[in-house]
Amino acid sequence: MNLLRELTDKPWIATEGIPGAGQEQKMLSAVSSGRAAIKWLFGVGSVLFFLLIVSYGERMTYEDWRPLPESKLLWFNTIALISSSVAMQWAVIGGRRDEIDDVKIGMLSGGITAVVFLAGQLLAWRQLVQMGYFETTNPAIAFFILITGLHALHIVGGLIAWGRTAQKVWWRGCEAGQIRGSVELCAFYWHFLLVLWLVLFGLLFAGNNNLSIILAICGLR
Amino acid sequence: MADATHDDVGYVPPAEIEEQDLYHAKSWITKYVFCQDAKVIAIQYSITAIAIGLVGLVLSWLMRLQLGFPEAFSFIEPDDYYQFITVHGMIMVIYLLTALFLGGFGNYLIPLMVGARDMVFPFVNMISYWVYLLAVVVLCASFFVPGGPTGAGWTLYPPQAILSGTPGSDGGIILMLVSLALFIVGFTMGGLNYVVTVFQARTRGLSLMRLPLTIWGILTATVLALLAFPALFVGAVMMLLDRILGTSFFMPSIVELGEHLSYGGGSPILFQHLFWFFGHPEVYIVALPAFGIVSDLISVHARRNIFGYRMMVWAIVIIGALSFVVWAHHMYVSGMNPYFGFFFATTTLIIAVPTALKVYNWTLTLWRGDIHLTTPMLFAIGFIVTFVNGGITGLFLGNVAIDVPLSDTMFVVAHFHMVMGVAPALVIFGAIYHWYPKITGRLLDETLGKFHFWVTFLGAYLIYFPMHYLGFVGVPRRYFELGDTQIFDQSVGDLNAFISIVTFIVGFAQLVFFFNLYRSYSKGKEAGPNPWRACSLEWQTAETPPGHGNFGKELPLVYRWPYDFNVPGAKEDFIPQNMSQSEAFPKRKAAAKTSRSRAAKK
Repeated sequence: MNLLRELTDKPWIATEGIPGAGQEQKMLSAVSSGRAAIKWLFGVGSVLFFLLIVSYGERMTYEDWRPLPESKLLWFNTIALISSSVAMQWAVIGGRRDEIDDVKIGMLSGGITAVVFLAGQLLAWRQLVQMGYFETTNPAIAFFILITGLHALHIVGGLIAWGRTAQKVWWRGCEAGQIRGSVELCAFYWHFLLVLWLVLFGLLFAGNNNLSIILAICGLR
Repeated sequence: MADATHDDVGYVPPAEIEEQDLYHAKSWITKYVFCQDAKVIAIQYSITAIAIGLVGLVLSWLMRLQLGFPEAFSFIEPDDYYQFITVHGMIMVIYLLTALFLGGFGNYLIPLMVGARDMVFPFVNMISYWVYLLAVVVLCASFFVPGGPTGAGWTLYPPQAILSGTPGSDGGIILMLVSLALFIVGFTMGGLNYVVTVFQARTRGLSLMRLPLTIWGILTATVLALLAFPALFVGAVMMLLDRILGTSFFMPSIVELGEHLSYGGGSPILFQHLFWFFGHPEVYIVALPAFGIVSDLISVHARRNIFGYRMMVWAIVIIGALSFVVWAHHMYVSGMNPYFGFFFATTTLIIAVPTALKVYNWTLTLWRGDIHLTTPMLFAIGFIVTFVNGGITGLFLGNVAIDVPLSDTMFVVAHFHMVMGVAPALVIFGAIYHWYPKITGRLLDETLGKFHFWVTFLGAYLIYFPMHYLGFVGVPRRYFELGDTQIFDQSVGDLNAFISIVTFIVGFAQLVFFFNLYRSYSKGKEAGPNPWRACSLEWQTAETPPGHGNFGKELPLVYRWPYDFNVPGAKEDFIPQNMSQSEAFPKRKAAAKTSRSRAAKK
């Protein structure tokens, strides 16, 4: 591992000759920095949602816990988000092949399906209200609104970045090669949000009490 | 350097931000207000943090007026007192120390010390500052809403934080929580910048193990903050929903003034866990940059390489990692399972190992060093002593059996002020005296600096040593006044008055520091590019203060670590990081040349 090797370097030994001579030097590009920043952002986001899951689990251990009603709409939303991620990957592949039409198709479908996901989430909130479940003192409902709301905010953030890339594709008429990096960053972020949603959905909202099972295995419930 | 041109090996471009990505200001507004240059952003962060810190200082004076002279100042009501302690604590920990160490020093030093032209995302960096400023404005706005700022204590524990009996439960608590959320959003933008810049924008030859310890401290603290602040964010948002929408994340079933509130089933302890999962790493978010900066100050001003550099790096990283598994030692009296208490006491005590290692290494760096008792050095030594004192009382409080009787007493207040208030403040002062010449091109006045140090250092001990004693005799914290309590001797009141008087003296002595900053800016002695004869890259810039892009036409090439002081055979008592071996050891080069020519003749 490079990092481990670097951390075990002997710093007091000076370099003879020119530092880095003979080694390929990479120019620092916006894409590589962006990718690194997104990875760190994943770390921050993962901790945020991990803490929410732990808080959810802690609240589930109380005797008065009332679980969420099962919503088929959430399955549909999940499929929309998976499609969105697949479409963005399509755009990435198009970019790598220098096929601007594939980039356009992928970007457009990815954006539309992401908006469909957001609309579906709003509809899920509305359904809860109509079913009479919208009690603020029901912790399962409050957690559902909070967690899906924060996840949706991350998607909205992604859509802003998507909008900037889309502007380059449609308004500025950039070639595939010029926007390859931006599309890759968007898709990278999309995949993370998908994985995050799958974890949240699978553990908390899929209606099969997976978190409850984990808590039971741990002897907490 | 002269013999280090690229032509020697065929041109290999250094790792740098492409020129088109480097921000160029086009007007006064974009150069000094909405500026994307990390150095300007650093100064903006620093001025804002110090300004709000002064508000925190005034609040502490108001508190001390009440504690030292109860009933003498009728304008201080109990509600006011609670608001003072809450906002003072929050300002000092988050809006001053975190912002100044990471936003201020981080922005100024990271690009310069890693040999970069700027942060990798200058625009995001600028937004980070303006969001921080907005957070500060929102916090200050809470002074002007009906009911004033929140008086829930800086820990904001529910349920009392949002119940009507607590001062500021109308708009104050809402603004505080919004301000915290904004601060975290702003910090995350800045933090991502710091981390990516250190990992990606280092100049050629600057491996991780050649980074100055200042950068290691700031880097690790930033990572801690990125991973710990989400806990506070989650807690703040959940409490905001409890307060505004009536959810019950943290609110149990409560009867208030005979009325059963609509809350029910929430867990106040959950907030405590979230808060302290952020709160304990926060101690190290402040301490680790201080550790790093002190290491550099000591090494430069004692003219010795830092003892055990690799150990120091690993200690910083290990302390950072361990800081995530000790949070519940702040909650021993919350009714937790005793086994948990045992676990958290053990992890807490384990942190003392790498921390002690750092103290030993600082001491060994000083040992037989060519110690120059400059103002930065005085502050650095003051930090070591203070951190050891504060740390040792931390060992007391880390043990459940000792913490329980001392919990909620002035002993705790004295402990955390020593370790987290005075110690980092000493480093901040030392760092300002050290890097002011690079920022302005002029040295701060040494006589005023030494006066400032001795009053601050001795004053801090006169304040906090007696406060430990007050805690030992059982004086509780968070009490507006002790009244006619029979259990406390008259000396307790006298000591409180003494502490208050010293607080005012030390506070006013800071004016000397500000006067020094102001006067030296125009009348200080010209510093030149490297007045301390230091090795790290920020002192090797083409211009002082460094110009836009930091390093002129070409980024420096790094040949060595930043601690080559008094190396035998070297032409000076320090070797800059960007000086090649042949330049640093001309005699050695000449000897090698002679022996080569002799061999050729043979």
